[in-house]
Amino acid sequence: MSLKYAYFPGCSQVSSAEEYGLSTEAVCESLGIELVELDDWNCCGASSAHMTDEFLSAALPGRNLAIARETGLDLLTVCAACYSRLTMSNAKIKSDDALRERIERAVGADPRFEGKVRHLLDVIVNDVGIPQIKKFVKNDLSSIKAVPYYGCLLVRPREVCFCDSAENPTELDLLISALGLEVRQWSYKTDCCGGSLSLSRNDIVQRLVNRIFERAVEAGADLIVTACPMCLANLEMRQKPGKLRFEQVFTVPVLYFTELIGLAMGLDGWEKWLGAHLIDPFPVLKKIEALS
Amino acid sequence: MPDSVTTIEKEIGKRIGEKPWLCYQCKKCTAGCPVSFAMDLMPHEIMNLLRWSASDRILASSTIWLCASCETCSVRCPNGIDIAGVMDALRSISIDKHYRPGEPLVTAFHRSFLAGIMGAGRTNEPVLIGIYKILSGRLLDDIGLGVKMILKRKIKPVPRFVKDRAAIRRIFREAKARRTK
Repeated sequence: MSLKYAYFPGCSQVSSAEEYGLSTEAVCESLGIELVELDDWNCCGASSAHMTDEFLSAALPGRNLAIARETGLDLLTVCAACYSRLTMSNAKIKSDDALRERIERAVGADPRFEGKVRHLLDVIVNDVGIPQIKKFVKNDLSSIKAVPYYGCLLVRPREVCFCDSAENPTELDLLISALGLEVRQWSYKTDCCGGSLSLSRNDIVQRLVNRIFERAVEAGADLIVTACPMCLANLEMRQKPGKLRFEQVFTVPVLYFTELIGLAMGLDGWEKWLGAHLIDPFPVLKKIEALS
Repeated sequence: MPDSVTTIEKEIGKRIGEKPWLCYQCKKCTAGCPVSFAMDLMPHEIMNLLRWSASDRILASSTIWLCASCETCSVRCPNGIDIAGVMDALRSISIDKHYRPGEPLVTAFHRSFLAGIMGAGRTNEPVLIGIYKILSGRLLDDIGLGVKMILKRKIKPVPRFVKDRAAIRRIFREAKARRTK
């Protein structure tokens, strides 16, 4: 099976979540997934576009869909928000002809994307497949207990997202377990981190984030695994917002699923990815013999 | 459409194709809302006030700006109303009708975010944070975090730009033209 995709990195993956972008590229290369970066891609508009302007929320992803249309490939992304916005816009453009025309006029190209918008977690679990992933695992990570944290945008709305449930999905659970870790059950896997309220109402985000950590600790987790750069940023940055000091209450590290795959496969570059986190993951990783 | 449908419900129907008048007040949306503790009107109260045509109370509320769009309410609604989508439409109507935002810091964030995209075509954290600090007046927030992010190289000093910025400007112009007509 040849796996080749037009790749939409998304803004976070080339800036604040660079470790997500780098680990994605490394993992795809070693799994034989070919990524062709989408030419001159733009920001999907994220929450701010869809919360305030119906047209922007469809047209900003629409320009990317128009560029992807020309490639003839499926469109792959790793950011949960980009995935959500591209998927929603794709559906809207196909169902609303007047909207499609307006977008086409503004963008200067046909936004009717004929391929599929895919998230890398979907491709790895459903196309590469769990049995195949198990064959790639080199390092024994079985001493680590992890909770999967999906957040909102990978799973809702149910009609357009790839996950098997809007409130109790299992894709990430299956992957973590295939990589050899112990998956702990908890009921916060799809709870909201507060998303775009991070800068404006960090008091709200703090409350949500602390509850997620409390429940992860209660579930006995050494590690939280996510597929969303906003979830990770809020968990790492918003435990205790302040002005001049930066403090953290919880020390449970949060990693991207691609970093975990890289660790399990023994790929080069993991020290750099893990060194970029605001919650130091190295103390937990000391439990792994192969890495010490 | 039943005769009792209110003007604002019709407006929502026109914008996003939802039928808020199907709500029978089971309150599942409020029970599952992770942000309800901070809201001035509970999500089910918004749905009820739509039925009573109380547009002013809704459009000036904090609630429409505090909804984080997690869509828990939408997947749980027994009548299939996309309540998070209704919140999107209400925010947009509130802007179009020039209501004073119930949460000025939240709208300052959205304006900053979109201004950054309009200028560069991409989101660059230092630009976003800079514009937000100016618009919100919260200059001293998160200094400690900012230092830590720079040390961890999470904030990149050089912003990234889309080459075809004319296309981005056309998208924003079309959006603005739609709003003002």
